[in-house]
Amino acid sequence: MSVKLDLSDAANWVCADCQVALIIKKVDVSYLGSSFPVDMPVCPQCGLVFVPEALALGKMAEVEKTLEDK
Amino acid sequence: MIDFMDQKGLRELEARCIQDEAPPCQATCPLHVDVRGMLAALGRGDFAAARAVYQKSVPFPGIVSRVCDEPCQGACTRGQVGEAIAIRALEQACMQADVPRPPVKKLRARHKRVAVIGGGLSGLTAVADLSRKGYDLTLYEAADRLGGRIWQTSATTLPRELIAQDLALLSELDVAVKLETSPDLAAICQDYDAVYLATGQGEVHVDPLTYATDQPGLFAGGSLLRGHWSPIASMSDGRRAAVSIDRYLQKVSLTASRSNEGAYETKLYTNTTGVGASDAVPLPVLGYSAEEAIAEAQRCIQCQCLECVKVCAYLEEYGGYPRQYVRTVYNNLSIVMGERHANQFINSCATCGLCAAVCPTDFDMGAVCKTARSVMVQQKRMPPSAHEFALRDMAFSNGDKFAMARNQPGTTTSAYLFFPGCQLAGSSPEQVTAVYDYLQANLSGGVGLMLGCCGAPADWAGRDDLRAAALAQFQESHAALGRPKVVLACSSCFQMFKARLPEVELVSLWTLLQEKGMPETAVSGASDAIAIHDPCTTRYETAVQDSVRHLVSQLGYDIAELPRSRETTTCCGFGGLMVYANRDLAKKVVAQRIAESPADYVTYCAVCRDYFAAQGKPTRHLLDLIFGSSHDGGRGPGFSQKHENRARLKRQLLQERWGEMVTGAEEYASIRLNLSDALLALLEDRLILVEDLQQVIAYAERGGHKLLNAQSGHFLAQFRPNTVTYWVEYAPDGDGYTVFNAYSHRMDVGEGKRP
Ligand code: SF4
Ligand code: SF4
Ligand SMILES: [Zn+2]
Repeated sequence: MSVKLDLSDAANWVCADCQVALIIKKVDVSYLGSSFPVDMPVCPQCGLVFVPEALALGKMAEVEKTLEDK
Repeated sequence: MIDFMDQKGLRELEARCIQDEAPPCQATCPLHVDVRGMLAALGRGDFAAARAVYQKSVPFPGIVSRVCDEPCQGACTRGQVGEAIAIRALEQACMQADVPRPPVKKLRARHKRVAVIGGGLSGLTAVADLSRKGYDLTLYEAADRLGGRIWQTSATTLPRELIAQDLALLSELDVAVKLETSPDLAAICQDYDAVYLATGQGEVHVDPLTYATDQPGLFAGGSLLRGHWSPIASMSDGRRAAVSIDRYLQKVSLTASRSNEGAYETKLYTNTTGVGASDAVPLPVLGYSAEEAIAEAQRCIQCQCLECVKVCAYLEEYGGYPRQYVRTVYNNLSIVMGERHANQFINSCATCGLCAAVCPTDFDMGAVCKTARSVMVQQKRMPPSAHEFALRDMAFSNGDKFAMARNQPGTTTSAYLFFPGCQLAGSSPEQVTAVYDYLQANLSGGVGLMLGCCGAPADWAGRDDLRAAALAQFQESHAALGRPKVVLACSSCFQMFKARLPEVELVSLWTLLQEKGMPETAVSGASDAIAIHDPCTTRYETAVQDSVRHLVSQLGYDIAELPRSRETTTCCGFGGLMVYANRDLAKKVVAQRIAESPADYVTYCAVCRDYFAAQGKPTRHLLDLIFGSSHDGGRGPGFSQKHENRARLKRQLLQERWGEMVTGAEEYASIRLNLSDALLALLEDRLILVEDLQQVIAYAERGGHKLLNAQSGHFLAQFRPNTVTYWVEYAPDGDGYTVFNAYSHRMDVGEGKRP
């Protein structure tokens, strides 16, 4: 899975606990036994991952469907 | 249970759909000309294509298009509505097209010699067919010219140059023609590997299937054996004898799979309702002009079945018909590696059985899809997203928050048990109470109450295990109450219990209301027209349908019957969980249904009511008419509200009727949320419940992780209670929270960041 992330979504959000801006990092995304590394906005301190709405409802939903039909 | 998991079962299933059977014209034509295809081409004005179709089956088209006795016409469906199509005249017309005879293609030489005795149409056809197959042919004719009886037709009917043109084929095929020769049969049989006696003369015994005589290698046919002259039947004799000779020389069975040779009766069904009667275009002596031919060809109704596809938006949506669909399903279930493209197709069927109700052979695509879903579940190949939300709803209804069973307050036995079902309780909880009161007042022996779900969603989802569990839960409570007679308001529950628990005594609420009379307050005296939508699960419950009509007219309404009602009623899109697998299609189904009549609708299923009303059709539940309703024909509650309605119904009833207190609500449930209408609509669309939002916020506020938007001050938090991650954007607001957005995904993101 290759996902081009729209970073404008992430720019406004900071980690509420750590009070730091998110950075882009490879994160393992998995479903139904398949997993892929994807660049995602992540809190550099606590590791909290942010899944923007556009990603969840767009590319992610598409990949979910493909994996469900595999 | 349908078994299409093996090839044989599949083929039997395929054969039940008769859409691919030949139209009557083609079946009745002894050479099986694709008349329908030919007429379709002619109707478009494509004479060349029409001629090509014709020539494909007929070896001497110039001659035959003039002399054919057209038995096809007698079978033409057009004849039931006006005059049958002038098929032979149109064959003649398509021969106007300037298409050269396709170049002769001969198979590789087989070095076997075949003699044909008799140069009439039968012998000529055998010669043409066998020669193409690579045999060396010798044709003996006693007269000084070939063609036999065709010479007895007038030159106006059969211009002589057509004979010469058609017979030129023989030289192209290198056939040795011996005119004015009457050979000795015994000698010929010695000289050749096989002989076809096409004169129809002689004292030979002929097998009607294979045209074999008692003498190996000698075959016989031709019109004299038949008694009357039918040019096309003679040609069929020649063709069928040629098949036998080919098999004989290849040493394979003469008799295997020879059904449907010659004229036969087709199984194809063609509905002519709505086809306007018309007469044939008058035929001039010299034949049709191009324009006349096109007009006549356009009268062909292009016979086909598709009865089911015509009435089912789902079957129409995927562009095929059941015969093709069962193969698609089979292939999908057989895939070991690779994408299963038909998953959504299988899950989109409403399993409502309308197809079977209209099909001449009762083909039930719904049963096919239901079986397929069970198989997918067993194979662990069912896409989780297809039914999870509905199954979660069912689990809710059969869980603590809703499920309950009690004898009538103050009694210890029940003669009756009211089971309103999960959907009515979710949509109109106040009516459950009203009906329960009515039943207690009108039935003696005690009326118990059981809340829960019958398991229909599990059945539709192919989850046989969950269906069994739901039924077991019902059975246990039912037995504990002494197995009372069950009063059902929902037709899906009725169908489920009737099919799966035959030992349980059932009565429809509608039958009871008719018997006992409606409450005084009910009779409205309105004289408006109202159209009845029968829920699809009542398809074969004629008595229930009758009761409903009785009640509706007693209420003072004029019943406007929908074009499809009772046995041919349609589904609202909830059946089979279509709405979860294919929301757009479910919407289309509703849109089609609500457009069938300008009248307001009344139905007796809460889901049908809610779905129609949600798409703008004023629709009432029969209980709305009898007991009144808060939503007055308009939109019903959403998913979250339905959960809440069910839970509250149970709490209130237990408290008020049985004096029991219900405790143990989830802590998060007390979180107060401020939700705009737009947001509620969004949640409905995204299948997110208010309780999901509460859980996310509870988790985040208890110290879970969240994001902060520096500009808006909103928080964004996520929580994954099970298989779905929910994200909620919110901000504190007084003693609660305002929610701005919510979305979800199924993929699991980032390990270690879950509670
Ligand atoms: S109604 Fe449908 S399933 Fe039945 S024979 Fe016709 S096309 Fe086939
Ligand atoms: S209406 Fe057309 S397809 Fe049907 S039988 Fe007649 S010619 Fe054939
Ligand atoms: Zn952090």
